[in-house]
Amino acid sequence: MDSQMVSMMWEGVLETLYMTLWSTGLAYVIGIPLGVILVVTEEGGIRPIKPLHDILGFFVNIFRSIPFIILLFLMLPLTLILVGTQIGSIAIIPPLTASAAPYVARMVESSLKEVDAGVIEAAKSMGASTWQIIYKVLLPEAKPSLLVGAAIVMTTILGYTAMAGMCGGGGLGAIAANYGYYRWQADVMIVATILLVVIVQIIQELWMRGAKASDKRIR
Amino acid sequence: MAENMIELRGLGKTFKTSSGSVTALEDINLSIGEGEIFGIIGLSGAGKSTLVRCINYLEIPTSGSVIFQGKNLGTLSDQELREARREMGMIFQQFNLLAQRNVLRNVTFPLELSGVSKTEAKERAIELLRMVGLEDRIKAYPAQLSGGQKQRVAIARALATRPKVLLCDEATSALDPNTTKQILELLKRINRELGVTVIVITHEMAVIEAICDRVAIIDQSHIAEEGPVSQIFSEPKTRIGKQLILGDAGKNVEFGERKVRLVFDGNVSQEPVIANLVLACKTPVNIVFANMKEIDGKSFGQMVIELPADETERSRALHFLAANQIKYEEVR
Repeated sequence: MDSQMVSMMWEGVLETLYMTLWSTGLAYVIGIPLGVILVVTEEGGIRPIKPLHDILGFFVNIFRSIPFIILLFLMLPLTLILVGTQIGSIAIIPPLTASAAPYVARMVESSLKEVDAGVIEAAKSMGASTWQIIYKVLLPEAKPSLLVGAAIVMTTILGYTAMAGMCGGGGLGAIAANYGYYRWQADVMIVATILLVVIVQIIQELWMRGAKASDKRIR
Repeated sequence: MAENMIELRGLGKTFKTSSGSVTALEDINLSIGEGEIFGIIGLSGAGKSTLVRCINYLEIPTSGSVIFQGKNLGTLSDQELREARREMGMIFQQFNLLAQRNVLRNVTFPLELSGVSKTEAKERAIELLRMVGLEDRIKAYPAQLSGGQKQRVAIARALATRPKVLLCDEATSALDPNTTKQILELLKRINRELGVTVIVITHEMAVIEAICDRVAIIDQSHIAEEGPVSQIFSEPKTRIGKQLILGDAGKNVEFGERKVRLVFDGNVSQEPVIANLVLACKTPVNIVFANMKEIDGKSFGQMVIELPADETERSRALHFLAANQIKYEEVR
């Protein structure tokens, strides 16, 4: 493997991380409020609003069931408006975010539901408002579980960045497909794949350690 | 006892479930005076947890009203209701501490909610933690504390906003007897030193006897009886009252025609009453159950005996008890 190949691989790593981190971050910006609304407005929640909960749940499910590759094509006009181009690594960020946000919403929802109802009741008995319960009780108490969820989301999104090649984007996935599949260079494909696996392992390991260290329930 | 801190008027609560409606409380009328320790006792499912949640409107009653310091909670806006709740601290069976906050930040939590400055909140929290004897554990997290310590933190937290009332929902039910005693003593001290009105919900008569001035017995969604603890103890009027007073150990006592419960207060316990009864009446009695209690600093003894089947012998024995000024009642 020559130095040109090494620098291409390095480029691929950076582009993969670029797509993954932006998409995950943006998916959480959208997904956390959605997840919070799903929990707060459900029947028996802190502020039950059944119609809102049902409509939101319906749309989350719809978006979750559209295959990513189709969403990528369907969103092309919107992508152009949002990032000014339909090709390249940046063009995959809007569809990745749109695909991951409802998934994040469900992850956040299930993490928040783990918060002990008794603790929420205690906060209410102290005169906490709905908003105070959300940002002083629900989110901080669910933090370790939210972090575990984020590791899962991030590694899943990383897997999806492999499809960036479909819209002219870069990253390790595109390298593996372009060289390994279209040019029969299996060695390149194998190296790119190993790099992907290593990145997933590193993210998973570091993130889970962080989640564990932040959890005060463990002695 | 000054004016009433809390008044419940015709309070009712019905839950709607998929299989119809369930009545948890019906026509509850109670007055709880300022500075008293008031007990509410009942078996599980009697409605006592719902009752305490109605007092601070965590559960909204379906009928009747809750009057707190002269204000009808049902007429308050959301904001006013939250302010009223800050004047009522609450502690729970499962402590309900914030697991991701340390002891200090658990106690400052209600102060944060009401917008008290950080330094002021910290000072107040340390003062309270000193009072409950945990000033050396302020950096610890709830997972590192024992049950009794957790409840102490919960008590400090409940008192942070200087409430007028402390609601205790089965606060000692998850604790061992020794820790229970310490927590009850702490509650009594808080009542005495800070003048906080304490409302204790429990299924254990021992808790009521240890600290309460007055008690209400709740059974099947209604108040069965209420009165000063010593009075309820010596003359319970209802079957549920008698059951609760005999307590866990007395659970196996089968109530029946011939069973009589005797109550001795400190003065007569010098006399060998049962021996005298047997000698005087020439009839054997069977002792079914007996124990000693301390209520309000006075010791009380209670005993359930089974009298002979013969009616004349039985009435002779009852006469003997009356003549010797032993309080008794038939338990059935």
